[in-house]
Amino acid sequence: MIPDGASLMIGGFMGVGTPERLMDEIVHQKKRNLTVIANDTAKPGTGIGKLVSAKLISKAIVSHIGLNPETQQQMIAEEMSVELVPQGTLIERIRAGGYGLGGILTPTGVGTVVEEGKRKIEVGGKEYLLERPLRADFALVHTFLADYLGNLAYALTARNFNPIVAMAGSTVIVVAEHIVPVGLIAPDHVVTPAPLVDYLVANE
Amino acid sequence: MDAQTTIAKRIARELRSGMLVNLGIGIPTLVANYVPSDLRVFFQSENGLIGTGPIPEEGMAHPTLTDAGGRPVTALPGACTFDSAISFGLIRGGHVDVTVLGGLEVDQQGLLANWMIPGKMVPGMGGAMDLVTGAKRVIVAMQHSAKGKSKIIKKCTLPLTSARPVDLVVTELAVIAFPAGRATLMETAPAVSVAQVIEATAAELVISQQVQEMQF
Repeated sequence: MIPDGASLMIGGFMGVGTPERLMDEIVHQKKRNLTVIANDTAKPGTGIGKLVSAKLISKAIVSHIGLNPETQQQMIAEEMSVELVPQGTLIERIRAGGYGLGGILTPTGVGTVVEEGKRKIEVGGKEYLLERPLRADFALVHTFLADYLGNLAYALTARNFNPIVAMAGSTVIVVAEHIVPVGLIAPDHVVTPAPLVDYLVANE
Repeated sequence: MDAQTTIAKRIARELRSGMLVNLGIGIPTLVANYVPSDLRVFFQSENGLIGTGPIPEEGMAHPTLTDAGGRPVTALPGACTFDSAISFGLIRGGHVDVTVLGGLEVDQQGLLANWMIPGKMVPGMGGAMDLVTGAKRVIVAMQHSAKGKSKIIKKCTLPLTSARPVDLVVTELAVIAFPAGRATLMETAPAVSVAQVIEATAAELVISQQVQEMQF
């Protein structure tokens, strides 16, 4: 389903809350030339680190690569281009993409190298950077609980980017640790509403 | 007391009950070990947790309960979890009372560089730019010098983390604040003289009228 050259938004924070089964399958099928939008590239052998090790990523838009020396090596060798984005700006750019906004105004990055090439807008005497929205062909999401309709409830620190990327992918593929009958997740505990989810995959 | 312990213990004294506090990786993480047990401080991990507790006992780690470095932590009773947009809304929106971060350089105006050394180390800024820009109070925990060179200098040579100056720098030698935008020596570590701090510092230091000895 995912073609070579696709853009992927992937949930997870240092590999925690990343849909590992999808990472393994993408490596297995050797999908190439991928653009990855995610918090980080994890560590070799974990989460998005598996895609890095298999050299499947041509562009990464992330906030942190410090714990994956392979990402740094591929960046220096110009095998992968890396756009580093402050974490709070990255999540808001994804949110803007998913929420239909034309961008966001943030004070983060003003007066640093992050402001290069960006419009500065003054509001109430304070300067902000205009940061553009991000969307992707696919959002790859990990959840703790899903029902058969696709309602999702996350757990602990595996939530992180997942509910936000679930809004910003044209096709949303979810790996669930547990899939339960409809009605078992209380409406108040659903974080991602079922109509957003296109495909649900069991963890094992 | 070694340098890291001196720094962490001194910074712990800045925390008060009810504060929401974010600790960075490295020396800042140690600060939590020295907070008196009668204080109720809320520690945030920016991957989506308030109420971060100590490292779990062996065998008790949970695969989806981790800190911002991806290492297992515990959650104290009353903890809560949330997504990254809320986490950074808390940070950027001024809801975090204190952030403690490491530093590569701090200049005499209080500007911090702590996220890259061009050509050498490009880990990415992670949450550091948002934290320094948005937290109510920014404290830098770092050793005074690296490889014999002062890390407190006239003007940062490395890329800045934020245009917002930090509030306090705590090293194993001194506590430095930035009233009126000038590095000012407030405290010296036990058995360290004002002259020794000046000698070890490449920035121009204003000397407070009453330099105190660091208390722990």
